[in-house]
Amino acid sequence: MDLGPSMAVTVEAIEDQAPAGAGRKKLGAGAWLAIGWIVGLGVLAVIAPWIGVPDPTETFPEYARSGPSAAHWLGNDGLGRDLAARIIYGTRASYIVGFGAVAFGLLIGGFLGLVVGFFRGRVDAIITPLMTVLLAIPQFVLALALVTVLATPQRAGETINPSVRLGVVVLGLGLVSIPILGRITRATTMAWSEREFVLAARAMGAKQFRIMFREVLPNVVPAMLSIALLGVGIAIVAEGGLALFGAGVQLPTPSWGNIIATDKDQLARSPHIILITSMVIFLTVMALNYLGDVVVERFDVRESVL
Amino acid sequence: MGIAKKLGQLLATVLLVTLFSAFLLTLLPGDLADIIVPFGTDAQREQVREDLQLDAPFPVQYARWLGDFVRGDLGDFYNGPTSRRPVAETVKEALPKSLELMLWAQVIALVIAIPLGVMTAYKNGSKLDRFSGIAGFAMLAFPAFALGFVLQYFFGVRLGWLPTGGFVPASVSVSGHVKSMILPAITLAVAQIAIYMRLLRSDMIQTLQQDFILMAKAKGLSSRTVLFRHALRPSSLTLLTVAGLNIGTLIGGALVIEVVYNIPGMGLQMAKAIGGRQPIAFQSMVAIIAIFYVLVNFAVDLLYTVLDPRIRNASN
Amino acid sequence: MSAPHVVDGPAPTGLPGAGPLLEVRDVRTQFSSPRGKVRAVDGVSFTLDRGKTLGIVGESGSGKSVLSRSIMGLLPGNAERTGQILFEGRDVSDLDPEARRALWGPEMAMVFQDPMTALNPVLKVGRQITESLRLHLDMDKAEARETAVELLRAVRIPEPESRINAYPHEMSGGMRQRVVIAVALACGPKLLFADEPTTALDVTVQAQVLDLLAEQQRQRYMAMILVTHDLGVVAGRADDIAVMYAGRVVEKAPTRTLFSGMRMPYTEALLSAIPKLADPSHTRLNAIGGRPPDLVNPPAGCAFAPRCPYAKERCHQEQPVLTETAPGSGHFFACHYPVGSPENAEVADQLEAKRLMSIAPPPPPLLQGEGPEGGEV
Repeated sequence: MDLGPSMAVTVEAIEDQAPAGAGRKKLGAGAWLAIGWIVGLGVLAVIAPWIGVPDPTETFPEYARSGPSAAHWLGNDGLGRDLAARIIYGTRASYIVGFGAVAFGLLIGGFLGLVVGFFRGRVDAIITPLMTVLLAIPQFVLALALVTVLATPQRAGETINPSVRLGVVVLGLGLVSIPILGRITRATTMAWSEREFVLAARAMGAKQFRIMFREVLPNVVPAMLSIALLGVGIAIVAEGGLALFGAGVQLPTPSWGNIIATDKDQLARSPHIILITSMVIFLTVMALNYLGDVVVERFDVRESVL
Repeated sequence: MGIAKKLGQLLATVLLVTLFSAFLLTLLPGDLADIIVPFGTDAQREQVREDLQLDAPFPVQYARWLGDFVRGDLGDFYNGPTSRRPVAETVKEALPKSLELMLWAQVIALVIAIPLGVMTAYKNGSKLDRFSGIAGFAMLAFPAFALGFVLQYFFGVRLGWLPTGGFVPASVSVSGHVKSMILPAITLAVAQIAIYMRLLRSDMIQTLQQDFILMAKAKGLSSRTVLFRHALRPSSLTLLTVAGLNIGTLIGGALVIEVVYNIPGMGLQMAKAIGGRQPIAFQSMVAIIAIFYVLVNFAVDLLYTVLDPRIRNASN
Repeated sequence: MSAPHVVDGPAPTGLPGAGPLLEVRDVRTQFSSPRGKVRAVDGVSFTLDRGKTLGIVGESGSGKSVLSRSIMGLLPGNAERTGQILFEGRDVSDLDPEARRALWGPEMAMVFQDPMTALNPVLKVGRQITESLRLHLDMDKAEARETAVELLRAVRIPEPESRINAYPHEMSGGMRQRVVIAVALACGPKLLFADEPTTALDVTVQAQVLDLLAEQQRQRYMAMILVTHDLGVVAGRADDIAVMYAGRVVEKAPTRTLFSGMRMPYTEALLSAIPKLADPSHTRLNAIGGRPPDLVNPPAGCAFAPRCPYAKERCHQEQPVLTETAPGSGHFFACHYPVGSPENAEVADQLEAKRLMSIAPPPPPLLQGEGPEGGEV
């Protein structure tokens, strides 16, 4: 059996004439499928009221816990609400949480990382240790603590306004993602800031902020994009975890997470609720992860940075 | 010297973390006593307010909490205005269960991921490699809690092989205990398997290109010796680093899976604290988890210097 | 096109009654690459007797390293090798992996080029020596350790008893290369491949390591294939020298014969690339212009023709065959217009004139020998 030892000699001979500019391929079928799934679900969630999707809060008691039927394609949940409708409308909350949290984290964490990675020095010395401390609390625990503290009803029996809760979930998961996104952006920025063209721009006396935004940022974007895509999936799943603790999106507004959390006790009698919803989350996260990989490949983002 | 410095950093991080989690409590709207004993009488609320020194300024509150915490008093869990239970007792019962779950998950993950990672690196591009690549991709995308329910359904409900949930102490029944831990541990392990396998594979592919591997091979050593003695050890350093970083994810996953499988570990207790609106108990448990996390990372750091002689010597 | 054959000269030496230790017949090694087959070794044959040294010389990319790995059987998965390799009369070209591994260590071993990367950074050097002792020679732990200490002593590592517990990064490059040699010598191989054993080392250490190899070779009556890009390295150390270019042997002769009467222009070019002690310190080194040919699509005629100062029309069309200067001389070369042939006289004169020009202006006598290039060979 061969272990495939390195052969400097052959590598040398082969590399000499390696075709240049390989890699800028068209998007493959997989990527389009992934985009189609993510965008399709989003569009469906937006136009749902106009295409005859039933109200996700309307109950059909006679259909409670029943599996897929002609009237309700994906069956009904524990209270008899249409599962398809809840999943489609749940896309709204899950997407808002997923994309919202990452957008929030990227806006702050990305900016901090960019500034700190570009200027280093004192800013770096203050911000990086702070981020390290934030990273010292497991992300999920921190998010759980934030949401619990910021959106706990004051008295038993009271409920929190669903949109306030949604905002808090986005904020909580977004805050949690700041140190991670910041650290990655910082590392990528530092790597690019050492490149010749940046040094050249500096030497020519261009304004620092101009260099940062014009020369460095465009090159940092691919790494941020790929990690952001992974982050969206993580945030969507995290909302599901929060929902199990009663700290996810507030009922009756559906989210993928609270659909599962609400009916977790129906697993034995009507497994379709959890199985179908799990499949939707799974496919979405897989699509997002796949697109993240595509970005890494196309833009040659170095793995070490991630 | 190196260790003393690291210990200092460790202490500072723990302090900052607890300070932060205590600060979170001040963000709670309204009166903490109202939240903790919502149906209590005014006198009972006054008692809680006094016990927790709720009227004192934040630094005093924190100092009191820290003082208690260091002495092992994690506050009380108020089941009602008059009945309460020390959080420390709850933690004493819950923490070992969570640790056991994580330990099994980690063991399962490594036992599966290491041979697979090594083999896929060695047979880079083979059918096994491509298949496990795809499988790993899917495993990484499957949310742990959803996987928990799916496994529960198939192995618990449909096949009836394993319990759908609940925790059986080993003192009651060893086989029952093992059975009750299998599904939760596998659920928690799945994503870790994918991560470790991917990582080990890419690292090993690089290691296998090294001259020292060719030299080991030229000694006439068997492929197994070359792979596991010469190639795995340098690559295991990367694995260890990531395993350390991963502990955070593992903790979050364990908490969620405890809720899914109804295992009375830290996760379930925290869910109870949230449901019972017990911010002090919740804060103490967050602090315990954060400290555990910091300690594990510290241990990983130490282990790292043991495994890599280059670092060991540099720090001497 | 028929394969050029190198047939070793007569006068078999070695153990009485035994044939040559190693016989290589028409070995060809190809690598599959995205661009096609890379013909790294293209029909090489030779024999090597016990205790003798063969120097294989060529530029990087000439196939010399691949040749030694082809003989040993240490090739990556995308390599394809044909031809026959007889070791002590036994055909070892198509052994199964198990049988081949049994050869590596006690029969043949290799000293690798770069001591900084050839040792496992996370294993103690002692372990790296003892593991083959325990595997091949069935030694127990204590015995292997003792032997390892003796080996380290033999390769002149000071305080071997403590050094055995050191990690590679705690040693200098020269020390590490001695460890690499100790590892190779551990099981007492009959044939040692030394693949550019000193290229990665400081100039001052190079000679010590080469002398060490020669000394060990004499003591152990071991044959050695010394692969290098530097004719100077093999000059005093090899019994025979084979010069390789583009995967083929282009000249082969006993060392003395080669240096006194080289026929192949490529050999001449290699030789002129070595700085000479006698040259004034400002002499420009004659690097060989151009690059080795593409091994996927080698040129039709002589592979060296595009870079050869003497090349004529015929060289670009017809590949020269390896031929012996005189029957029994042991000196083979593959060239249509070898060095010293009348057709080359004019070009040779021009080259000589150029060389003399490059020496000028002569340096002031006071500074002689103090230049940075001075005195190093």
